Order: sequence, then structure tokens, then C-alpha cells
Amino acid sequence: MSNIAGTKSSLTWIVHISTALLVALWLFPTVGLLVSSFRTADQISGSGWWSSMFASSQNLVIRVADPDDFRVPQGDQFVVEGNLFDEGSESVISVWGTSSRAIDNYKAGETANLGEGETLTLQANGDYIWKGNDDQISGRAQRVFATAKSPPKFTLGNYANVLFTGNSTEGMSKAFFNTLTVTIPATIIPITIAAFAAYALAWMEFPGRALLIAVVVGLLVVPLQLALIPLLKLHLGIGIGKGYLGVWMAHTGFGLPLAIYLLRNYMIGLPRDIIENAKVDGATDFQIFTKIVLPLSFPALASFAIFQFLWTWNDLLVAKVFLIDASGQTTVMTNQIVELLGTRGGNWEILATAAFVSIAVPLAVFFSMQRFLVRGLLAGSVK
Amino acid sequence: MNPALLGLMTVIVGVSACLGYFYFSNLLLDKVIFPPKAGDKGRNITRANMVRPWLFLFPAMFALGLYLGYPVIETLRLSLTDRSQDGAFVGLANYEKMFSEPKFWEAMSNNMLWLVIVPAGSTAFGLLAAQLTDRISWGNIAKSLIFMPMAISFVGASVIFKLVYDTRPVDQEQIGILNAVWLNFEGGFGTTIALKIIPTLLMLAFVAMVAYAVNAVIAPLRSRYTKDSSAAKILRIIAAGLGLGLIINTLISVFQLLTTTFTYGEPQTWLTIPFWNSIFLMIVLIWIQTGFAMVILSAALRGVPEETIEAAIVDGANPFEVFFMIKVPQIKTTIVVVWTTITLVVLKIFDIVYAMTNGQWETQVLANYMFDKLFRANDWGVGSASAIIIMLLVSPILVWNVYNARKEMREK
Repeated sequence: MSNIAGTKSSLTWIVHISTALLVALWLFPTVGLLVSSFRTADQISGSGWWSSMFASSQNLVIRVADPDDFRVPQGDQFVVEGNLFDEGSESVISVWGTSSRAIDNYKAGETANLGEGETLTLQANGDYIWKGNDDQISGRAQRVFATAKSPPKFTLGNYANVLFTGNSTEGMSKAFFNTLTVTIPATIIPITIAAFAAYALAWMEFPGRALLIAVVVGLLVVPLQLALIPLLKLHLGIGIGKGYLGVWMAHTGFGLPLAIYLLRNYMIGLPRDIIENAKVDGATDFQIFTKIVLPLSFPALASFAIFQFLWTWNDLLVAKVFLIDASGQTTVMTNQIVELLGTRGGNWEILATAAFVSIAVPLAVFFSMQRFLVRGLLAGSVK
Repeated sequence: MNPALLGLMTVIVGVSACLGYFYFSNLLLDKVIFPPKAGDKGRNITRANMVRPWLFLFPAMFALGLYLGYPVIETLRLSLTDRSQDGAFVGLANYEKMFSEPKFWEAMSNNMLWLVIVPAGSTAFGLLAAQLTDRISWGNIAKSLIFMPMAISFVGASVIFKLVYDTRPVDQEQIGILNAVWLNFEGGFGTTIALKIIPTLLMLAFVAMVAYAVNAVIAPLRSRYTKDSSAAKILRIIAAGLGLGLIINTLISVFQLLTTTFTYGEPQTWLTIPFWNSIFLMIVLIWIQTGFAMVILSAALRGVPEETIEAAIVDGANPFEVFFMIKVPQIKTTIVVVWTTITLVVLKIFDIVYAMTNGQWETQVLANYMFDKLFRANDWGVGSASAIIIMLLVSPILVWNVYNARKEMREK
């Protein structure tokens, strides 16, 4: 057996490496957006997010302070002093120049001679001294072309902007609460209705039961595209119009087949003895359901709740058709992001942050309740 | 009223109405309509128990009927009428109009492409991930991370991949990773390997996979002991024909790939290159669905009896033979289930196309075509007709699922 053990260990390494590669490939896109949401607009357009972890080298074109406001007389000359960077910047200048044709003419700390006694000295930290006579130190400020290395820098400003200060067309806080308002009733109501139906289909004897189960299985795959127009017409006809009530009802209807199917499959696996003993002891079906079956079915209820939550939270189509009216007051996050893609397609700092605000909650639910999610998937698919 | 408050009240009212309905209707049934009094006690209990299931089922059946049953009929009716003529019956005019639109056929052919590539890609990657993570110590963490995109909305995923596919002008730094990688290709030896040889091998592997499946499908036809009915035989021949078509198409693509020359050194606007842009959209869905396939297939792989694997190893099978000849055949039914489930998702795909290209540059798909017709062109007739087409495409899976469910129930 030694040769088998030998091949195994070399194969194990390949398995570890390929798994790591696969995981990296799958994580990479998400990480890119996450990192981008912590960078400023200039940083995002200046370099790829993958280089944000390292000190980045940038070519800057900056004017020194306006001589008409800042120049100070010094003997017979005038001087403008200051720093090229904003306060708190940790950028370090390596080379610089005063013309676009020679941007690396001088090293940091050197003094450039601009002719006829006019000089400019630039330090690595951005401090500059610009000297010359009255004529030279006036009019437009001197331009500096500097190559600077800045350390990695991240900001929470995008989140503050998107969540709190953003106006209604870009802000996500309102859409966030709207999404929450859609999601919670749309998750709880179908569970309640489906639990009773699933109990009847699992533990009550009546003619036509098999047919009903088959119908539920069939409805599982009916595309909801079919329901859009007829139901919108119905909602407008009975006066619900576009609004929360309509979207809750639509999500309830569309979620029911899966809910009934999952819960019935789970309930039918509960031990027959418990239920029959309770019946013998005189419990009614209602009591058996609420006191025995419902508590025992908690894992299945949780599975479906997670499915329905993720699905309603992430939904775009149903909200667009049944909820969002012309006023745009009831917009949800997915719709908000699509609109941002249209209007602010190049502003990655806003897009990335908005997307992550909407992704954060499902991800938290996903990682904390993964167990139930996996169980639900297995119950729903493996035959 | 504040919508959040309204939501909270709806939850409370809705749930208590549900519970109240079930409680009081049961009470009514037992105490008022069929009270178990002397005389016909037994008969009344029996009668009450005959009615009770329908009490439990009524709300669900009502909601299902109204929100899924009725729309199927109503959509069918709408697809045969014209809204601008006050809903007059126009026969198949809407369908004729739709079939004469090139955009519809573009959507159809793109959908077919999606139907082949996305389930194949997701299942293949899912199987690979399931097998790789099965026996290693950090397998569960790896699984979690590959599974994670399942929680991300299609819209969120679209934003994520828009950044991956982003394009900047030539003289600027590329911030999309795909273009940044692309600019490293210069047409040399490494490029040939990465862009020609590896894709060719992958496509040939796909051809081999399809050929294997076709062979498995027609094997019973060659056998003299087949129990198939003639209908099943015809189905087998049709499936084999589709498989052969797929093989020929893939081989043609291989040939095209090997003969085209790419324009190296220039950033590409990936989402505007016809045909390839559809592939880039499909990658988003494969990225999302692989986790699902992995979870299901990994559970199935664990269910493969250990003895069969041990026996194969003792007989001298190498790890690849164990995987392809022992494990995969035993989880065939699960692979079919995963494949069909992903197929259902693909048929309804809307958000990704809507958010990323909105059907421009020849990326249209049926669901987005339908949305366009319904809410932009306001043409309910053609919109409903395309919804019916989606329904028709789904119905083979519907029939198959119902057939299986009934078979399973009869066995119990």
C-alpha cells in the first residue's frame, strides 16, 4: 500500500493548491468591489484596486498657492511658501519638474532655476519655496509636475456619503428601509400560510391529496414572468395599485409553492408515533399542529425563511412591477443601484458603496445561518 | 402612515389573522356545524375530519390559484388579444408579430446559448469544487466562500462584474482587472497557451463530455434487451441529435478560435463585443450558481458508498478513474437535478442582463425582451406571447418534475 500512500501525498498538495486558486478566483471580484468602496474617487480612477494595498506612485500636476494672495515680501524679492498636499497627506515626492516635457528634472530637495533669479525649491514632503522679483511672483501660480508615492489609504467617507448625507436620488438609507419593509412581511406571511397547508398535505387523509401535491410541484417551476401583467391588472382593478400591500401579496403567492414543498417534505419525516399518540390522547389537529409539529419543524421553517428573505431582499423584478410607482418614493435598493448604474455609471465610489450596503445584510444572514440554508437546499433538491 | 409601521402592523395583523382563521374555523367546525353530540356523534366527527383538511389548505390554495394559476390562463388569453383594440380577439397575430422581429430571435438564440453554457459551467465547477473540498481540512471554509455569491443579488453581482469588465481609454490606467490582464498579452508564446491552447482543450473536454452523454443516451437502442417504449426511443434519438448538434457547433467554435487573430495591446470594451458579451454575462450567473451546485453535489458525493471506492482502489484505479468511473456514475441523478434546477434559473434570467447591458449589443434574452415589451413598448399582446414562450420552454421540466414526484409518492 506504500505506493498508494505516496501518490496520495503528492496529490494532496495539488488539491490544496487548486482549491486555493478556485477560492481566490471566486472571491476576487467581490473583494475588488469591497476595496473600491473604501477608496476615494481619485484613487479609484488613478489605479486598479489591486494596487491599493501597496504604496502607489502617481504623477501629479499641482499649482502652488496663488501669488496675488499669498506672496510675502522678503528683502527686494517676493516669496510664496506652502505645501503641495492637503494636510495629513503622507505622500512622498521622489522627482519633479516645472514643465510637462521634463517632469523628472529635479530630485526632491533640489532647487530649480527658472531663469533671471526666479527659483523654486521642493522638499520630499511637499513643502515648497518660490522666490523671485515682483514681476515673476505674480499672475498665475507656478505649475509643478511631481511624481509622488502615497501609502495605501482608505476612507469611510463613501459610506458616510451614501448612507447619511446623500440626497434622495443617491442616498441608500431610504431605499434600505423600504427594502426592509418589503422583506419582513413578505417572509413571515407565506410561512404562516404554508405551514398549515403543509401539515394538511403531510398528515391529514383526504381525497385528492396526491393531486394537490403534484400541483404544488408543478407550480414550483412556473415562471413568475407569466404573473406580471395579469396581477398588475388585478391589483389596479381592485384598488391596491402599486404599493407595499401588492408586493407583499405577490411575494407571498410566488413563495408559497417552495414553502409548502419544503415544509411538507420535512413534516412527513417527523415520527408517526408522536402524532398518533397525541391523536389517541384526544388532541385536535389544531393542537397537534401548534404544539407538536410546528416546534419540531423549526429547522425547515428557518430554511425557508432564509430562502424567502434572500429572494425578496435581492429581488428587482417584482418590486419594479408591483411596488415602485412614478413618484419613486418606494424605491428598493436593487432598483436604486440599477438607476445609479444608468446615471452614475463611472462613479465607482458611489456604485461600489451602494452595492455593498445592499449586499451586507444578505451576507450577514448567509454566514450566520448557512447551516439552515444548506439543509433547505438539500431538502429541496436531492431526491 | 410610515411604511415601516405599516409593515409591522401588516405582520401582526396578517399572522394573527392567519392563526385566528385556523383557530376559529376549527372551533366553528367542531362546536357549531358538526358538534359531536349524542345520536350522530361518530358521524359528525367523521364529517368534521373530512372538512378540516380544506380549512387548513384554503388560504394556500386561494393564494396559489390567484397568484400562479389564474395568471397562466390570463396570460394565455392576453397573448391572443390586442389591447389597443379594446382586448379584441386577434388569434395568433401577436405571435406572428413577435416571430417577425429580429430582436425576438436574437433573444431566443441567446437564451439557448445560456441554456447550454450556464448549467454546464456551474455543474462542472460545482463538481470540481465539491470533489476538491471534500477531503481537506479547510474544506468547509473554502465551501463557504465559493457558496457566498448565492447570497448576493443579481444586481449586486452585476455591479461587481461591471468593475471587473470596466474599460478606460488607452492612455489611462485600467481599473478593470480583465483589461489589466488583457494588456499583458502581446501575442507571444504565453499568449498562445493562455488564449488558444487552454480554451481549445476546455472545449474539447466539453465535446468529450457531450459525446459520453450521447453515447449513454443511445446505448439502450443498441441493446437487444431494451424495455423502452417507442416514444422513449424517439426521445432518445432527439436528445442524441441535439447532442450531436452541440458537438458540431463546439468544434466549429474551436476552429474559429484557432484561426482568429486578436487585437492585442488595446483595452477592450468587453460588454459591447457581440457574442462574447453574452459569455461575459453568463460568467456572472455561473459565478453565482456554482456554489449551489457544489453544495448539492458534495452531499451526493458523501453518499457514495465507501466500499465501491475501496474496491476500485484495490483493483488499481487511479484517483481520476475513481472519480469519473465510480463516483460520477453513482451521483448521475443528482447531477440531473442540479442541471435542471439551474436551467430553470437561466430561463427566467432577467436582472443581470437588465442591469449590465439592457439587451443592447445583441445580448437580449427572453425575460428582458418581455419586460421591454410590457413596460417600455406597452405592448401587452406581444409581451404575454413571449411570457408564454418562456412557459413553453419550462414545461418539459414541469412535466418531468411532476412525473417524478408522483412516482416517488407511489413508491412510499
